Amino acid sequence: MYKVNTAEEAVRRIPDGAVLMIGGFVGIGTPQDLVDELVRQGKKGLTLIANDTARPNVGVGKLIDAGLVSKAIVSHIGTNPVTQKQMISGVIEVQLVPQGTLAERVRAGGSGLGGVLTPTGVGTDAALGKQTIEINGIQYLLETALKADFALIKARSADYSGNLRYSLTSRNFNPLMAMAADFVIAEPDEIVPIGCIEPDAVVTPHVLVDLLIAKGATL
Amino acid sequence: MNEKEIIARRVAQELKSGTLVNLGIGLPTMVASYLPAGLDVAFQSENGIIGMSALPDPGLAGSNLTDAGGTPAGALPGACAFDSAMSFALVRGGHLDVTVLGGLQVDEEGHLANWMVPGKIVPGMGGAMDLVSGAKRVIVAMTHTAKGEPKILKKCSLPLTSVRRVDLVVTELAVIEPTNNGLILREIAPGYTVEEVVAATEAELLIPVPPAFMKLDQAAVR
Repeated sequence: MYKVNTAEEAVRRIPDGAVLMIGGFVGIGTPQDLVDELVRQGKKGLTLIANDTARPNVGVGKLIDAGLVSKAIVSHIGTNPVTQKQMISGVIEVQLVPQGTLAERVRAGGSGLGGVLTPTGVGTDAALGKQTIEINGIQYLLETALKADFALIKARSADYSGNLRYSLTSRNFNPLMAMAADFVIAEPDEIVPIGCIEPDAVVTPHVLVDLLIAKGATL
Repeated sequence: MNEKEIIARRVAQELKSGTLVNLGIGLPTMVASYLPAGLDVAFQSENGIIGMSALPDPGLAGSNLTDAGGTPAGALPGACAFDSAMSFALVRGGHLDVTVLGGLQVDEEGHLANWMVPGKIVPGMGGAMDLVSGAKRVIVAMTHTAKGEPKILKKCSLPLTSVRRVDLVVTELAVIEPTNNGLILREIAPGYTVEEVVAATEAELLIPVPPAFMKLDQAAVR
């Protein structure tokens, strides 16, 4: 199945107020063209689920700069002073989640699980409002699954069916998020013919990917 | 030798061959520069790689390989890359031997606070809560005081990173081991007296007679 489009057309599907998962780690592994297009189309009131809010004018930091995010569920905002200012002034609601817990909550969301039990955060502020469950004498927090309306994914390569592979540390949250959203848009560096990515190298199976965007495509 | 170099050199002596180590952003990252020659340590970066190496040569930095601070990094032959769920499964699952993190405060129970100052800076915990909860050994690498104020306190006033007791605290003045009985002053830096270390510390220190001096000349600069 042939599922390639432009960033402009892909982003048109995303309504104001959507819940977005966007891959990346301080901007590394973030689908830049899709983020730029979200800014250009001025999508408002977004909920952003991401590892962090990158830096001003970098990665998803551009969405923060443009005031498009009303709620962020992230592990870290220390690299983006704009997010901190918006949080303190009440423009944006920030939910901080330990990074490993965030990864597992996204994984659970994409795996049909209600949540996960983790020892991370027990006894700290991260435990506030959460159920603690003891198993074999060890305390765990019940952390619920996260899902999104759309996942915006950065990949190294895609084939035309949507099979994805990644590169080095730009992989990060991308394969997890590709499982956890109703509609998945991937931005690969290159799109290759079906069969050019060997089965063992595929990290995200094509059935999870709804749309690929092509660099500079004018379809 | 400035205070950060003293801390990094001393922490480097704690690392052993054949272990997997995670170095936090900032001061802890410097530890890799002072590893004793011949030591075979694998470094994990929580953004998804084991086998991270120092900055690549000029011109070789790539957009798909950075450290956890977003700075371009290198990878050694045999390096392996993975997603964030695998990365933190390694951290929590008993596969990470040592984590070295910075700190804002440590207290008499060995509790670490290093992720927020309410009302001032709220960087977020990033991977710190997972690392402190999950690593087999937690080493805090931090300056002994901040603007003259002690950071080693009777009780942390800032939100805790974990209720797990850290294993070792290394500052430019001292090496301190949190135990069931309290904080033991294991070593003091050359040029300092026990009295000076005690004066810079709010927490009560258990002091063996005499505490050793830090040996900083054993580390070879790579």
